[in-house]
Amino acid sequence: MTWLLAALLIWPLAWGLNGVLVRRAPARMARVAVPLIFGLTVVFVWEALVRGFGIEPVILPAPSKVAQTFADNRSILWLDFVQTGLKGALAGWVIGAMAAVAAALLIDRSPFLTRGLLPIGNLVAVLPIVGIAPILVSWFGFDWQSKAAVVVAMVFFPILVNTVAGLAAADRMQRDLMRTYAAGWGATLWKLRLPAAMPFIFNGLKIGTTLALIGAIVAEYFGSKDVGMGFRITTAAGRLGADMVWAEIWVAALAGSVFYGLVALVERWATFWHPSQRG
Amino acid sequence: MKSLGPVLTVVAALLALWYAAAVVMNAQWTYDQAERAGTEVTLSELLADTMTQRRPKLPAPHQVLSELKKTVIDTKVTSKRSLVYQASITLGATLTGFLTGTLLGIALAVAVVRSRVMELSVTPWAIISQTIPIVALAPMIVVLSSRIGIEGRLIPKTVIAAYLSYFPVFVSMVKGLRSPDAMQLDLLRTYGAAPGQVFRKLRLPASLPYFFAAMKISMAASLVGVIVAELPTGAVQGLGSRLLIGSQNGQPLMIWAALVVASALGAGLILMVGLLERLLGRMMGVRA
Repeated sequence: MTWLLAALLIWPLAWGLNGVLVRRAPARMARVAVPLIFGLTVVFVWEALVRGFGIEPVILPAPSKVAQTFADNRSILWLDFVQTGLKGALAGWVIGAMAAVAAALLIDRSPFLTRGLLPIGNLVAVLPIVGIAPILVSWFGFDWQSKAAVVVAMVFFPILVNTVAGLAAADRMQRDLMRTYAAGWGATLWKLRLPAAMPFIFNGLKIGTTLALIGAIVAEYFGSKDVGMGFRITTAAGRLGADMVWAEIWVAALAGSVFYGLVALVERWATFWHPSQRG
Repeated sequence: MKSLGPVLTVVAALLALWYAAAVVMNAQWTYDQAERAGTEVTLSELLADTMTQRRPKLPAPHQVLSELKKTVIDTKVTSKRSLVYQASITLGATLTGFLTGTLLGIALAVAVVRSRVMELSVTPWAIISQTIPIVALAPMIVVLSSRIGIEGRLIPKTVIAAYLSYFPVFVSMVKGLRSPDAMQLDLLRTYGAAPGQVFRKLRLPASLPYFFAAMKISMAASLVGVIVAELPTGAVQGLGSRLLIGSQNGQPLMIWAALVVASALGAGLILMVGLLERLLGRMMGVRA
């Protein structure tokens, strides 16, 4: 009962505090503190509700229990992360990104190909590509190679479409200027068009980060070795080990956020001149 | 229409590539069979055999087509073997999930635009929520809901699809609702418009282009979510389950057919959103 009361009390309290912070505190501080308070409040209310209502851990484990499981299984979780996050998702993302940029450069040389491939690329980018996971798993086996292949297929088209759009972003005046400098195709590409395309390419890369983790995990549902995040989630869900599933979800969330954050950092470094980065 | 020629050329090239790949990838099996039988294969035999294997590594396009004909046209729509039936189940879940997610996205966006506290509290977490590969939750949500006593598969699928599709709508609607510039806002102020009127007559119409762009992304995301939610063990209906069954029984043709139907479904849904956009645009007097 006390837990329920606490949950009821803490919510308006935190909300009020956030309201005060938004109005009074310096903008910089509010930007960090407000979401933090909000997040902590949600976790606290979750804990309090689970305890107050006595919800079975099978259905929804309390955050404290998940944290406990997380701490107890660090080595397993780390191995799963290496298998799925690094070998599957990251390797596939890197290969897919390089292939997509290379393909975009090739397509870009021919207006005919641009007009032919772009509509198809746009179409494929919205299709449920995860569906080819069973096929790729049967081709490349149960280890990480098949997961990386799924990831390649998933990230390829968004990055391709964005890169082709980005290569067209440099405007006529700028290109003419390069021509007056007698710059060839290579120099124009390197000094003007690739830098101008960077914001678009990074957009594709960021979309790719989430897709990569999804692809690597889903591919494991179709068969995997006895390690990996997708494998662990399905087996834990089968045993009704909700705490383990949630611990794995925390790993996924952490990995996803860090991955996204790193790409965003590189983006800020590479496209510091773009209006969206000068804020 | 200018790009029709190039598109057709590229499609033809892709088909040719597909056939060539089918020959190369399926050749191994043909050679193995011939070796076991102690015979030699000529080139023409090889070509014929790689096109007609029952369990090819890579089925040729016409094999996929005939499998499609078998499961779409020749099978009764009510039968479980019919892909039309399976697709209709996936479609139903996709649409409910998409609607739920879209409404949630709009509601969140309106709240964020109206309240600074909401904006600072919710926005970072909305972004973080998308870095979580939600598909990781799919088997859990399915197991959970059957544990709580929800029999049908519709609710877990809807939850996942909604989770995937709310975010694009949320982000774009925030952008769209903020898109009217100071001049336009000032004009409405000189008219003495109330905040509600500003919202209805300026912000909402201004956000429509953003809204439709987001709807296309959401629709695609929603379909992916539903298909993935149909994968976990025990799923018996929907295109996702066909993928899983095909994979477990080693029937590539089944997987490919389901894949084609899923793609057609996705393309059709996006097309519908595009049509709706044009229709609404015409009603509101947008010049095409």
